[in-house]
Amino acid sequence: MAYLELNNVSKDFGGTPVLKDINLSVEKGEFVAIVGFSGAGKTTLISLIAGLLKPSAGSLKLNDLEITEPGPDRGIVFQNYSLLPWLSVFENIQLAVEAVNPNWTPEKRQEHVEKYIAMVNLTPARDKKPGELSGGMRQRVSVARALAMDPQILLLDEPLSALDALTRATLQDEISRIREESKKTVVLITNDPDEGIYLADRIIPLTAGPNATLGPSFKVEIPRPRDRKSINHDAHFKQLRREIVEFMLGSKQDRHTAITKKLILPDIEPEDLNIPRTMTSWRKTPIRKHELKEESVEVKP
Amino acid sequence: MSNYVELYNLSKVYPTPKGDAVIVKNFNLNIQKGEFVTLIGHSGCGKSTVLSMLAGLNEISDGGIILAGRELSGAGPDRGVVFQSPSLLPWMTAYENVMLGVEQVFFTASKLERQEIVEYYLTVVGLGDAMHKKPAELSQGMRQRVGIARAFALKPKMLLLDEPFGMLDSLTRYELQQVLIELWRKNKITALMVTHDVDEALFLSDRIVCMTDGPAAEVGEIMEVNFPRPRERKAVMEHPDYYKLREQLIEFLEVRAHRKPASPVLSAPPEPATIFVPV
Repeated sequence: MAYLELNNVSKDFGGTPVLKDINLSVEKGEFVAIVGFSGAGKTTLISLIAGLLKPSAGSLKLNDLEITEPGPDRGIVFQNYSLLPWLSVFENIQLAVEAVNPNWTPEKRQEHVEKYIAMVNLTPARDKKPGELSGGMRQRVSVARALAMDPQILLLDEPLSALDALTRATLQDEISRIREESKKTVVLITNDPDEGIYLADRIIPLTAGPNATLGPSFKVEIPRPRDRKSINHDAHFKQLRREIVEFMLGSKQDRHTAITKKLILPDIEPEDLNIPRTMTSWRKTPIRKHELKEESVEVKP
Repeated sequence: MSNYVELYNLSKVYPTPKGDAVIVKNFNLNIQKGEFVTLIGHSGCGKSTVLSMLAGLNEISDGGIILAGRELSGAGPDRGVVFQSPSLLPWMTAYENVMLGVEQVFFTASKLERQEIVEYYLTVVGLGDAMHKKPAELSQGMRQRVGIARAFALKPKMLLLDEPFGMLDSLTRYELQQVLIELWRKNKITALMVTHDVDEALFLSDRIVCMTDGPAAEVGEIMEVNFPRPRERKAVMEHPDYYKLREQLIEFLEVRAHRKPASPVLSAPPEPATIFVPV
């Protein structure tokens, strides 16, 4: 029995199918990345695991217990950070710790919070409010908050999508390091195949919606710690990258049967607007190269 | 004349109270007709400045630009620009947004012909069913498709792309690159793109111009990309040179971009500094 088990999970919203027959098993300590297009239903999938949504069909089990509601055993990091703007870094994290461990002494709680702030390298900013932090720093707070609850599983919903490339790379390294230290089970949702390959043990593509489902899983057999630069030389990395991109683009193309549509493109030249219109006014029609160009185009609705 | 586009000793200087801030200095580049050239460099190195001077949206401080035998001054519909954010007029549908420019440059054509042009380009970018929607009803990727259709519909002499896919997620980016390259191949438009995405540059370009870090950015190195055309993502990624070139580019961006090449003599001929050709 796997640690996290999804069995034939489907989800529709008011009759609109989003996810269909999702089967997923994640082992304890495993890092799984789910890669998919925007709008495919990635966030729906993670909300189901988080217990924020209920499946229309099928079952989800964590550690052999049915998932019915949200709980502190699953820590979530959202794309938009979801921090409380009127609380400082320390207070945001403390709030979560307090909710999960109400019996702790204030000293123990403080020590615990400080430890996680240090883990994400935010000690100098511990008393700042989210509004005073950059996007990357806010996401670190969010990661620290999720980890401080000591969840059994960490759910990362496109945590780095809103960040610029450089900050993203730094935070990827940080997630990788923290994960090595904490040995947590992680499910990462991303739209970047490279990010998935760099971080995860296994990558599973989510096909384009509606009725999105999980594709074959790709095992990432690149030894850790992984180095961003040398990974480029790795034949396995190149092959994985190609296969995943191909699968993803292919999955979208298969979804719709193409209709051939006949289009007419007049083969005429644009007028030079630098010449005053009065000068061209003697010519009433554009310069024509040939007769009409007709073309059959495959249209995918 | 062999060079379709010539940028000679192009410079951009902003006067500041502390003296002149030189953003781009003596930038020399020649582009052949029908060529796809990419400028790559770090954020803030001045690559967008070069592009906006070419678009006529930014004044040229020194040097000049020749397009199809004529010196440029000001913006014009002979250069189609695709911006990072699609910059559509929100109260107009996709169709109306494209028609706006088409009406200007094809004013001598018939109404039917103008309609055919707009419909053609919106359909080939994949918006056949969504052309009468307003930008707010479209996804970010679809809006950028409108931006591409709008630029091509004007039949410009040159296409200027300023990080056209920078705001999209990587999978949507792959899709739109395919749309762009198909249109470009059919229309044979000379193109200059600015990006910092190495994969994007390799997939689309004939030549990649690496810019050194600003201030006073200039041409660092030029890389020829000889993957056969028409290009397919799969074939390009499987090409034996792909990862070699990719590494060279990454290495340039990580190391060499920060190093200043020896300052060229002011009267230096418009030749690229170094050329490395893949073996």
